[in-house]
Amino acid sequence: MSGAPGERSDVAPLGRMLLVQARSEIRTRWRIPAFSVTIVALPVLFFTFFGLPYVKQTGPNGINLGAYLIASFAAYSVGSVMVFGFGIGVSTERGLKVDVLMRATPLPPLIAILAKVINALAYALLSLVVLIVYGVIVGGIRQDLLVWLDMIARLLVGSVPFIALGFAIGYTCGPNVAPAAANLIYLPLSFASGLFLPLSQLPGFVRAVAPYLPAYHYGQLAWSAVGAATERMPVALAWLAGYTVVFLAIAFRAYRREESRKFG
Amino acid sequence: MLGPNGAGKTTSISLMLGLRQPTAGEARLLGLPPTDRRARSRCGVMLQESGTTSVLTVREIVDVFRAYYPAPLPAERAVAMAGLTEQAGARIGTLSGGQRQRLYFALAICGDPDVLFLDEPTVGMDVEARRAFVASIQTLAGAGKTIVFTSHYLREAEELARRIVVIDRGTVIADASPQELKARVPGKKITLVAGRPLAAETLAGLPARVISLSGERASLLSNEPAAVLRELFRRGVDLVDLEVTGADLEEAFLALTRRAEEAAS
Repeated sequence: MSGAPGERSDVAPLGRMLLVQARSEIRTRWRIPAFSVTIVALPVLFFTFFGLPYVKQTGPNGINLGAYLIASFAAYSVGSVMVFGFGIGVSTERGLKVDVLMRATPLPPLIAILAKVINALAYALLSLVVLIVYGVIVGGIRQDLLVWLDMIARLLVGSVPFIALGFAIGYTCGPNVAPAAANLIYLPLSFASGLFLPLSQLPGFVRAVAPYLPAYHYGQLAWSAVGAATERMPVALAWLAGYTVVFLAIAFRAYRREESRKFG
Repeated sequence: MLGPNGAGKTTSISLMLGLRQPTAGEARLLGLPPTDRRARSRCGVMLQESGTTSVLTVREIVDVFRAYYPAPLPAERAVAMAGLTEQAGARIGTLSGGQRQRLYFALAICGDPDVLFLDEPTVGMDVEARRAFVASIQTLAGAGKTIVFTSHYLREAEELARRIVVIDRGTVIADASPQELKARVPGKKITLVAGRPLAAETLAGLPARVISLSGERASLLSNEPAAVLRELFRRGVDLVDLEVTGADLEEAFLALTRRAEEAAS
């Protein structure tokens, strides 16, 4: 198998490495129903209880409430894939010390992270498609295909701060704490940002806090796809970029701390 | 690399692999910084206390690791060398501790590395697994691979290694072949049982090193067993049982660590 040193390439091709790594991540998650089923089923369930009764109504400014609600739950869904996927995933791997072995292989850390991002985007896409198809078939919500595609693209591209939040949770919490932490952070965040119920139906103090929350600005990305945004896109993107920096800083600090403890 | 627990074996391996940064000095691997991908692509690693996801199968994880290396072994070959052919389709979570250890060995060799780092590789292996592992190691060494492994099983080092580096509390106290190591320390071990309990003074001043003394029983290391026995008889020690054997690596090791301790104190 191995020829003279000159005959074989020094390193394995990165593209193939990324492909294989991403495939194994996707396969791993697929075999953990606690993740794969939950991530797809919960948004549909929440939409059924909180959204479905109102889909035929028309909101202020003639907005189709059904499309608005799908956009809300779509934002919730992608955010949850990122926060739970990375938060619980990273802390579990740290718990199993998968990271120790991986660090000694020729797999570059950046490729490992990219594979995780591809994996998360794949599940986010799956979750979005299921939710939208459910909304179209069961809720009778009609939008142009391009509108749906636009919404999907915005949500996937804008999910970076939630990936960062997932890493922050994954590196600060142990495997037993991470699921609780992710829930305690992400569920109230979604509620307070108007992803479950429109902001107009929430208490006054929540409405006052909402514009400072990352999920609120993320929701704006989705709502803008159906013409229901209440904020200009550059403002929403600036907020999301700011939160990305904050969450990454937290994640990086925790990562460094562990690094010096584990590998000193 | 041989030494008791806490000697610094894992730390040394971590430094060689770039998993830890030296506080002083520099580690090079194949002439490159240890974190260089070209260096890592020629190394296989089996670490203590490292894990892997449990829902993939043996074959699947081996294929993932093969993709990290430029010229990997065929997956079946790596799995077979680790003695896991029967478990190839089993999920990692269902493997026993010993099988899991073999899986880590398969992951270490699947990239057809030139250098293998194995940190306490036989911990948790049963007798049969250990035998298969030893055979694989000898095959790899025969094929010109460099194998660095740590152990606190002295017989394992004696059996497998061409060069033994003994370390204790972060210091190299010997670096030699098993034969040289034996030559450097007392070559004979005297095990005796006396008719009466032995006092420490009775054994003092002999051309020997006392390794154990309890009641009537004592063990000594010496290069002049005949002189030791003559002196013991002269001192009126009444022997009930006596055995003189060649010291094995364990005793050599004990003598070396004692010497380092004495030098330190």
